[in-house]
Amino acid sequence: MTTQPPDVVPESADLILNRDPLLAFELGNDDSLPASSIDQIDLKIRRQDDPFSKPYWQQFRLPCQGKETITALLRKLRNQPVTIDGETVDPVAFDHNCMEEVCGACAILINGKPRMACSALIEEFNGMITLEPLSKFPIIRDLIVDRSRMFAHLKRVKAWITLDGTWETQQPPLRMSPHDVAVNYLYSRCMYCGCCMAACPQYDENQEFVGPATLAQVRLLNHHPLGQYEKTERLHRIMTVGGLSDCGNAQNCVRVCPKEIPLTTAIGELGRAVTWQLFKDLFGD
Amino acid sequence: MNERRQVIVVGGGLAGQWASIRIAEAGHQVQLFSLFETLRSHSVCAQGGINAALNNKGEHDNVDQHFFDTITSGCYLANQPPVKALCDTAPELIYIFERMGVAFSRTPEGLIDQRRFGGMHHRRTCFAGASTGQQLLYSVDQQVRRLEAVQQIIKYEWWEFLAIVKDSDGRCCGIVAMNLRSLEVRAFRADAVVLASGGMGQLYAPKTTCSVNSTGAAASRVYQQGARIANAEFFQFHPTAMLGTDKTRLMSEAARGEGGRIWVPRQLNDRRDPTAIPESDRFYFLEEWFPRYGNNVPRDIASRAIWKVTRELELGINGDDRVYLDLTHLDPTFAELRLGGLLNIYRKFTGLDPLTTPMEIFPAAHYAMGGLWVDFDANDRGQLCPDSPRNHATNIPGLYACGECDYAYHGANRLGANSLLSTAFAGRLTGDAVAAYINGLEHSSDGLSPDAYDAEVRYQNRINHHFMHANGDCSPYRIHADLGELMTNNVGVVRDNGPLDSAIGQLYELEQSFARLKLGEVTPWANQSLAYARQVFDMVKLAQVVAFSARARDECRGAHYKPAFINQLSDDILTHHEAYELDQKHWQENNEQWLKTTIADYHPEGPRIRYDPIDTCLIKPEQPRDYR
Ligand SMILES: Cc1cc2nc3c(=O)[nH]c(=O)nc-3n(C[C@H](O)[C@H](O)[C@H](O)COP(=O)(O)OP(=O)(O)OC[C@H]3O[C@@H](n4cnc5c(N)ncnc54)[C@H](O)[C@@H]3O)c2cc1C
Ligand code: SF4
Ligand code: SF4
Ligand code: FES
Repeated sequence: MTTQPPDVVPESADLILNRDPLLAFELGNDDSLPASSIDQIDLKIRRQDDPFSKPYWQQFRLPCQGKETITALLRKLRNQPVTIDGETVDPVAFDHNCMEEVCGACAILINGKPRMACSALIEEFNGMITLEPLSKFPIIRDLIVDRSRMFAHLKRVKAWITLDGTWETQQPPLRMSPHDVAVNYLYSRCMYCGCCMAACPQYDENQEFVGPATLAQVRLLNHHPLGQYEKTERLHRIMTVGGLSDCGNAQNCVRVCPKEIPLTTAIGELGRAVTWQLFKDLFGD
Repeated sequence: MNERRQVIVVGGGLAGQWASIRIAEAGHQVQLFSLFETLRSHSVCAQGGINAALNNKGEHDNVDQHFFDTITSGCYLANQPPVKALCDTAPELIYIFERMGVAFSRTPEGLIDQRRFGGMHHRRTCFAGASTGQQLLYSVDQQVRRLEAVQQIIKYEWWEFLAIVKDSDGRCCGIVAMNLRSLEVRAFRADAVVLASGGMGQLYAPKTTCSVNSTGAAASRVYQQGARIANAEFFQFHPTAMLGTDKTRLMSEAARGEGGRIWVPRQLNDRRDPTAIPESDRFYFLEEWFPRYGNNVPRDIASRAIWKVTRELELGINGDDRVYLDLTHLDPTFAELRLGGLLNIYRKFTGLDPLTTPMEIFPAAHYAMGGLWVDFDANDRGQLCPDSPRNHATNIPGLYACGECDYAYHGANRLGANSLLSTAFAGRLTGDAVAAYINGLEHSSDGLSPDAYDAEVRYQNRINHHFMHANGDCSPYRIHADLGELMTNNVGVVRDNGPLDSAIGQLYELEQSFARLKLGEVTPWANQSLAYARQVFDMVKLAQVVAFSARARDECRGAHYKPAFINQLSDDILTHHEAYELDQKHWQENNEQWLKTTIADYHPEGPRIRYDPIDTCLIKPEQPRDYR
């Protein structure tokens, strides 16, 4: 995959980069990166150049320390993307932002399991580590996937509170029981990483199922004092194809969620709510 | 009814989303740009909480006290009317967040619980478990999604802002952005543009608590197009970050607020396990030096105390740049409930449990108090006029800035948990200002000739072409690493003019090294190196502003600490009454010279620094801050 940059005469960096030109400086030498190798690790990475091309595998050997994360390794790899066969290739594209397991960006498959790369310490693994893009989502490039479906699903279930407006109301503040808030809090930490979707046998590009994280948001919003005003509508939206009944109760989702969100508890609660709703729909209330 | 106009908001953090919602509510259509899905913005990282004087804890807290604390913590360097409005509005904002669904932690009576945070006497900080920023951001993200569903807001995620476009009168009339997948460079028209692009901690990478996308590149780009930057020398170093090679992760101030104690062994080279060191052999230096505030001294004071203990007294653990932050005496259930997020981060990245082993920490670049200069409008009693189009306007007409990328609320030093508040408040205020500005506009940008847009697209494409085919020997990663190291050593916790001069020279060299850039990647699809290299260039430009501003200010104020110009009222020497009087006199004389806003204007040969007066109409700067 080595591509030599075409032989163009670059315009002076200066002329282009500065909106007004500045005299060039005498330039010193650039010494190479320090490589403090305590240990080393082999990474086998599934790559794909764009959404339409074929995937292929490449293997890399990198110096590392046990307390480093997979994201830290991928960042190192950008510097010197040389395969184990000595071929210089394009750097591996990957997503990351917070590096604290809270933004949800860096979900990939590590040894086949959906995980956050930024919190996966190398010392957890033995031997070669395999990295692949998160399954169930269309691939953009290498380890980057397109998770926009998740957000479309959030729209579908009306995962919001309908505020009349962001103004002051002169009403006394809401009161909520500490216990209810503590339970809601569990669900409100979902960072939309998509790990649970990747693990769910019912979820994929060709099916309508909205997936466990989306269902958990329905559970969350239906329990908020204002969110519950639209409870019925949200329930109706998960009572159709692609909704709750598509869940096969395989429990995979809850096992991989990095935030330990009680997804199957939410799904169970929703099941009861939906049954009750069906009953109300049939006989009126 | 006003006609519906187009507004562009760059940034999907707390500030950008608030602005978007308000502009949409005013009936205009918003195009919201973000480097990634908006809910992954850096705002999610805030763990500690958000301040509002709700007075839910029976401590006679009130908005005036909050205002006073914010101003004095900022060493009087902030214009007071906007800060007053910020504190006055805080309770209202909290209740709106509550209506949007934020799961704020509760008192047994079901009210919003509040806790103490660095630098405050009152329990004023509202929090949602251990992930307040995440909860706040998601609540606005949901509202934006609701408005997106009715096309009031249109999101452009995975688009990078590159430049603004100005019409022949110099008004901002749109932007040029790049699709981070197809690399398409395209112009977008708008009647106003809001920049809410967040902070710039990456200038100090890897010693920063910020996300990798907190580069400041967007702010740097508008600066290079003529927008002013103010108070850039004021950068907050968070005293308690856990060490790491890729990034130093924040151990929230809540750790100190909930009873965490900072110490080092009294004896140099005491290599015992920390749990085996008896109380008598521990040096709780913050508690000894600042008895009144103890471990809750503000961040700058804590950072410098740690710097002093490690660098001057050489009492760091094993002689290194680290000290203990101890939670082992806390009740485990309580600690787990209040500090769960922080404990887990530490466990995750070190494999050690802070409830049984004291954590090891050191200061890291955390928050830029400075940023794009923005205007405000107040009456003669110092009250902000909330519907004025002047609020949050930059010096380029039609361009607004809010959130961490503005400079407006924190003066020389930010009070903990005040910035989620200021981003939300600023976003909302900016939205209202933009609506007012648009109502006063005679023409929409629709009718403008395409020339200016086309020219900017061509210019940006040329830069891309240059970067893509640059075949020198300098990798952008290397340049960034050099930048971070240089900034940390020379423009960091402690500053001196010698090292600052050398930093300025080295920053020029870094800029020049782009002539020898090697991108190493020519792929035309989702080329991350291209976007990154462009950001690094703009970061170097921004770092110059920070370094020049720091070089120009010869005093100690808040986070800007230049010991050669230390005021007699030093942090650690307890003086008697006469000396105190003398100190106060010095302090006032110093204020006459330096109590001014630093303004940096772009110039190709380096930023031009000058100073603007500050509006101190509400609390006169008569009393120095005294934390003893
Ligand atoms: C670890 C940590 C903990 C913190 N804890 C607290 C706390 O407890 N309490 C508190 O009050 N404050 C805290 N802060 C500070 C606070 O989180 C931030 O100041 C605040 O969230 C910034 O919000 P923002 O909306 O300005 O920017 P961000 O949330 O950083 O959002 C920036 C947005 O701009 C977009 N963007 C940037 N550049 C471009 C571009 N070129 N083109 C398109 N889009 C672009 C990004 O995509 C993103 O959406 C903390 C900060 C850190 C680092
Ligand atoms: S329990 Fe349902 S949602 Fe979870 S993995 Fe199984 S099928 Fe998917
Ligand atoms: S429920 Fe868990 S796994 Fe699923 S998206 Fe949310 S955080 Fe990720
Ligand atoms: S980088 Fe944010 S979750 Fe991993």
